[in-house]
Amino acid sequence: MTGRTLLDKLWESHEVLRRDDGASLLWVDRHLVHEGSHHAFAKLAARGAPVAEPELTFAVVDHYAPTRARDHIESADIRRMIETLNANATTHGLRLFGLHDPSQGIVHVVGPEQGLTLPGLTVNCGDSHTSTHGAFGALAFGIGATEVAHVLATQTIWQKRPKTMRITVEGRPGPAVGAKDIALHWIAMLGADGARGHAIEYAGSAVRGLTMEGRMTLCNLSIEGGARLGLVAPDEVTFDYVRGRPFAPQGADFDRAVEDWARLPSDPGAVFDREVTIDAADIAPTVTWGTSPEEALPITGAIPDPDSLPESKAVRAREALDYMGLQPGRPLAGTRVDQVFIGSCTNGRIEDLRLAAAVLAGRRARVPGLVSPGSALVKKQAEEEGLDRIFIDAGLEWVDAGCSMCVGMNGDLVPAGNRCASSTNRNFRGRQGRGARTHLMSPAMVAAAAVAGELTDVRPMLEGRA
Amino acid sequence: MSGWSIHEGMGLALPMENIDTDQLIPARFMSVPRSQGYGAYLLYDMRFDGDGGIVPDMPLNRHPDASILVTRRNFGSGSSREAAVYALVDYGIRAVIAPSFGDIFASNAVNNGLLPARMDEDLVEVLIAALGDGTRKVRVDLEKGAVVIGDVDMPFELDPLWRTKLINGWDDIDMTASHADAITAFRDARRAAHSWAWPGN
Ligand code: SF4
Repeated sequence: MTGRTLLDKLWESHEVLRRDDGASLLWVDRHLVHEGSHHAFAKLAARGAPVAEPELTFAVVDHYAPTRARDHIESADIRRMIETLNANATTHGLRLFGLHDPSQGIVHVVGPEQGLTLPGLTVNCGDSHTSTHGAFGALAFGIGATEVAHVLATQTIWQKRPKTMRITVEGRPGPAVGAKDIALHWIAMLGADGARGHAIEYAGSAVRGLTMEGRMTLCNLSIEGGARLGLVAPDEVTFDYVRGRPFAPQGADFDRAVEDWARLPSDPGAVFDREVTIDAADIAPTVTWGTSPEEALPITGAIPDPDSLPESKAVRAREALDYMGLQPGRPLAGTRVDQVFIGSCTNGRIEDLRLAAAVLAGRRARVPGLVSPGSALVKKQAEEEGLDRIFIDAGLEWVDAGCSMCVGMNGDLVPAGNRCASSTNRNFRGRQGRGARTHLMSPAMVAAAAVAGELTDVRPMLEGRA
Repeated sequence: MSGWSIHEGMGLALPMENIDTDQLIPARFMSVPRSQGYGAYLLYDMRFDGDGGIVPDMPLNRHPDASILVTRRNFGSGSSREAAVYALVDYGIRAVIAPSFGDIFASNAVNNGLLPARMDEDLVEVLIAALGDGTRKVRVDLEKGAVVIGDVDMPFELDPLWRTKLINGWDDIDMTASHADAITAFRDARRAAHSWAWPGN
């Protein structure tokens, strides 16, 4: 018998039953909801059904969370969205990380931070970046509103087992190359639908060498390459991160958990449906130029010339360059930016802020920008470390935690035509606001863009630092 | 949700790649309750300019009566927002034909009676060419797994599970209710063997 993969083990340990047609009914260990879950709660109410397992359901205010002046929310719409979630949490007896909770933050930051996310669990949330939690070796994937209602009502979900794909990143990444660059690199290589239908397991020495923050960034972006979920096998780094977190098992319970978790990694000889190998040394700080995350290049590269592309690609590239206001053939570096954003569930954790601060320390930003930590606890820690001073002294705005300018639902928008260097995950048309032009990159690269006022290679700025 | 097995309607080409859910419905419309209808917001920033004026050569504006869309790869990628499907369904779209779909979008679509029909890229290109700038009558046959245009049959792929669900208009919650005992037994066994999996605090 061939060995079992991490995915096999997670799948089989959560399968309540399997129908003849191949659909599995999976038990859901953690269900996270947010303001956007209003459709699902409405469906539940229409049936008059209760939440099946309130103890396993957690509510977080993030998408609409104002990042300033929380006591005076002007928009009636935003107030209503937040109040609706509060009311649903109260009705169903859910633990709510509300706007004023000291642990409030982006759902994919709060889950891990609170020890709600653990190895060996299934985690669902009505949000595509639920793939983030796979960094712990958890079966975590985003679902739509109908499915959210199903999980609320039954604590289970129907799924077909995805195929498996292993992305092995070997070697030592160069200076200032991190998880964000690894992710943008493979997505550019395989395409924004390159991993469609697959569960990715990230492996190799470069992945093992990542902190939990880095692994979360990597798994977070799995969805941008078309995979519904990403996984990293749990190890000592994982256990150390989880130990002592508020909702994590404690004492003897923790030790028993670690015994279970240690059995999760894929067996030697386990076979994957697809294998992709990447040499970490080939990856440079990477930046997107277009309107899909697959349109990414090393910062040393040049903006593609549609005329030199096959006709099928050229149309798309022309449209993207037109929207982005870019000249074909010009170097990427040197492209002027109007503003910057550091934050989001991709790169709003403490390590991300430290990396950005290492670039910004003692320097001034030439363009305005917003720094929104991934959670109130990240904010607190950053302030204890004095990072807030670095951002403020550089001329950037230091604000409260939430999704903020990643999606702009709370009003933090990039004006039409403005170019934004952003540590987020989607450079889709209009993602940061109608007509907004987004370039995705690591937080260190965003910091460098802030200092230079243009897209630039962060590496020289880090010489002798970090 | 009521099921269906054959739909005949006007097919329209939207020959773009990567039409993500942020484009299908911009985030700013997502606080609207479903009861108000989402059709008006479908592809809003493509259909309307910054001042709310109609963009005349946007295909859907030229042919607002279309009910079948044909597009290039990776349709519905991105955000899990089911509102993207609501916008399509409320507008009157019954089927989208593309070489690939975002996974979450596709399951959301099936949950709302919208067909995500995966078709080989070269066939999609043939279809796009056949439709040109106009519309043509197209017949979508779920049982047969084919799109019929003129007298040409073009096969599409659909998970058999999803086919059954679309045809029967099944509701998952009702279906799962019959497994309630198995779920309870599973939970109790899991809790007994792996108590750590329940949140502390
Ligand atoms: S930070 Fe952005 S990507 Fe992450 S959950 Fe919020 S809106 Fe979604």
